[in-house]
Amino acid sequence: MSKIHVTTTVNGDPVEFLADPRETLLDALRNHLDLTGTKEGCGTGDCGACSVTVDGTLVCSCLMLAAEANGKRVETIEGMAGEELHPLQRKFIEHAALQCGFCTPGILVAAKALLERNPDPTDTEIRYWLAGNLCRCTGYDKIIRAVQDAAAEMRGAA
Amino acid sequence: MARDDVKTGYKLIGTRPNRPDGLDKVTGRARYGADFSLPGMLHAAVVRSPHAHARIVKIDASKALALDGVKAVVTRADLPTGLTGEELNLQDNTLAGEKALYDGHAVAAVAATSALLAQDAARLIEVEYEVLPHVTDVDAAMAPGAPVIREGVADYSVPEGMNGNVARYMEFGHGDVDAGFAAADIVREQTYKTEATHQGYIEPHACVAQMGEDGRGEMWVCTQGHWYIRRMCASVLGIEAAGLRVTPSEIGGGFGGKTTIFMEPLPLALSKKAGGRPVKLVMSRSEVLRATGPTASASMDVKLGMKTDGTITAGQVFFRMQGGAFPGMSPIGEALPCAFACYDIPALKHEAVEVIANRPKAAAYRAPGSPMAAFAVESLVDEMCRELKLDPIAVRLKNGAKNGSKSSYGPVYNVIGLQETLEAAKAHPNYAIPLGPNQGRGVASGFWFNHGGETSVSLAVGEDGTATVMIGTPDIGGSRASIGLMVAECLGIPYEDVRVNVVETGALGVNEPTHGSRATFASGKAAVESARQAIAEMCRRAAADWGIDAEAVEWKDGAAHPAGPNAGKHPPMTIGEIGSKMGSTGGPISGHHEVTAGGYGASFGTHVVDVEVDPETGRTTVLRYLVVQDAGTAIHPAYVEGQYQGGAAQGIGWALNEEYVYGTDGRLQNPIFLDYRIPVASDLPMIDTVIVEVPNPGHPYGVRGVGETGITPPLPAIASAIAGATGARIRSLPCSPPKVLAAIKAKG
Ligand code: FES
Ligand code: FES
Repeated sequence: MSKIHVTTTVNGDPVEFLADPRETLLDALRNHLDLTGTKEGCGTGDCGACSVTVDGTLVCSCLMLAAEANGKRVETIEGMAGEELHPLQRKFIEHAALQCGFCTPGILVAAKALLERNPDPTDTEIRYWLAGNLCRCTGYDKIIRAVQDAAAEMRGAA
Repeated sequence: MARDDVKTGYKLIGTRPNRPDGLDKVTGRARYGADFSLPGMLHAAVVRSPHAHARIVKIDASKALALDGVKAVVTRADLPTGLTGEELNLQDNTLAGEKALYDGHAVAAVAATSALLAQDAARLIEVEYEVLPHVTDVDAAMAPGAPVIREGVADYSVPEGMNGNVARYMEFGHGDVDAGFAAADIVREQTYKTEATHQGYIEPHACVAQMGEDGRGEMWVCTQGHWYIRRMCASVLGIEAAGLRVTPSEIGGGFGGKTTIFMEPLPLALSKKAGGRPVKLVMSRSEVLRATGPTASASMDVKLGMKTDGTITAGQVFFRMQGGAFPGMSPIGEALPCAFACYDIPALKHEAVEVIANRPKAAAYRAPGSPMAAFAVESLVDEMCRELKLDPIAVRLKNGAKNGSKSSYGPVYNVIGLQETLEAAKAHPNYAIPLGPNQGRGVASGFWFNHGGETSVSLAVGEDGTATVMIGTPDIGGSRASIGLMVAECLGIPYEDVRVNVVETGALGVNEPTHGSRATFASGKAAVESARQAIAEMCRRAAADWGIDAEAVEWKDGAAHPAGPNAGKHPPMTIGEIGSKMGSTGGPISGHHEVTAGGYGASFGTHVVDVEVDPETGRTTVLRYLVVQDAGTAIHPAYVEGQYQGGAAQGIGWALNEEYVYGTDGRLQNPIFLDYRIPVASDLPMIDTVIVEVPNPGHPYGVRGVGETGITPPLPAIASAIAGATGARIRSLPCSPPKVLAAIKAKG
């Protein structure tokens, strides 16, 4: 099968690769671009471990074809920290909001997208926003607290 | 209570520092099983049986092998013969032999230059099956006339006349149960069922492996126990254990399901056939659900006698548990001892049978056997408390095991914290909150033995006075942090000066996996012993420098101090000074300890849950949830709370949603997360925790192990809360909305 030439921007860097038409954006990030921070938990859009943003929209990268990323702006977990950690990343460590950490990249990307839209969410709003991100280890309690604490800090800083 | 609010003699234990692996895990840098790649690497795919039970007539891989880029195919014919017992079971599960025994059973594997090509090639491998009658339900598998799925699985323990699918029988007890029941005011008897559930770790099984024609190889794999992987792969493939070097990746959850092999020998076998090129194999989610470690399904009879004052006079159980198509996997040996472990009852009788059925080979899942047993026993205790209008905590306090009680399974409990958890639950504000309409409250206690196991740890002092600890138990939920805290406490140095590394099989003696709640207990205990050895050596170095007896040196605050008659005669010599000079004072300074760790202390917990049931739909909402559990000592309280909360969430899923659904064709109907629905954030409330601390005398800092017990009480507690809310008792999990609605309707 002939490959498709894809040109896109990932975490601000211009990248290009050749994608099999069947490959997902998740496959391309992990296998062509060596960005393995984005995880595959299901491949069917049910776990959120593969969450990234494409042109600012939160998507499951396992549900998007790599070819569809052509000309788009993709942001992954690897682009979240600058010289310092994003407040969400710092608060997740401080609150012990991860155990195995496998769901963490997807949850951080999703939570960042939430706080960009809603800087002062209720617990219930956080729970429904993150309902597509499965975590099997934590019971979500410390995740909700970490998101709230990061949101409070970001509001204070603004 | 946790150290946050209690003054202890400890400087670091009981604090909540950042975990050392946190930075890698929030930035995406941490490398999990599927994140490794090697130059020249091939990708593998597995062909799986679509039938629950079928004879394999023929496998034809010629079309697959004809594709450009396909490098190797393996079938059972490529594996050595002559294995017996559990080694044969592992081999049979890795690749089916004469018969496929469950939907999803691996039949062949192929390696090719890309993952997509390997999947294409797998579809071209033609397998001819002769479909055989199957059975997937535990009671159906025991019924007269059920198809016997494998001949000769029954061991010596099985009484004459049982169905051929019964593999094992167990019984024990004490006291006179007939007299006990005769002395009761009420005697009640019920049957309870739990469905199989999956551990549900979000990371699918994944590994990269390489093996040459000399049978020597390497593997990078997500696992709870890489020495287990090494031993099992070596026996399945007929190679030497020492020839295989296994490095654990970071692990994306295990909960017991990653303590064994499922597909790990396949990339090794493929690599060997493909001229030693490394091979990567990553399972899909549906492969994980169809072919890896679910837990057993259970059908359980319970009989209890109680006096009107709540005294339990006798108890009796008969458990039937199905652990897949392989004997030895159903946890009857754990479920029976756990059944009454929270109680001190004068007369008990336990019986159980293990049954095989056409389902995947079960693996351990958090406190294996204990949640099912608790569902049966704690549900009936609750039913009788409600009938006699007794407070469920009062009844448990009255009959509960205490220090010095002889346990229901034999040994005498030394120092345990069950009563303390019950008292703390009773005193917690949640227990006094008034309930509204359609709301109910459930209480249950739970137990796990905890575990010690084979453990080997090394510690090396650095030239700058820092310490590196090498452990063999993969860190799933913060154990590097807790072991680092204990070592820093012991050495008297900052937490940040200790680095704990999980090392590969070539670097230490054999370690059992991170399982049974043993990592912080056993690796922690061995790490503290290693630190003590290093301290003894550092005291000797200081004594030699000062020209005094080593016995006249004491270690405190990270430095050697002259003691006794020499006290104050020399300034303290810090670990940094000793480390910087070690090359000229006798060489490297290290400690090492290996042991089959004893002294583990039993774990007890008590949960209180409030639910609201929608009478129109039967849907249950968990309003509030309280976990009270004895940690012994909470080394890092945040990760102790995390274990409590995570265990409770898994138990809530088991109670309300999760189940393996098999069709009449014997195929798993729900092998994706959309249909096998684990709790999501919007399903749960905050999970309140109380850490009780009754230190375990068998550990230098009192650790018990905290991982398992939390999954146990939610099953009965939630069913009991639903009974409180609706008056309808669900005796078969999960308490799904249709089932609850039907029970409400049936009650009228
Ligand atoms: S991997 Fe994309 S949602 Fe699970
Ligand atoms: S921390 Fe393990 S899945 Fe969330």
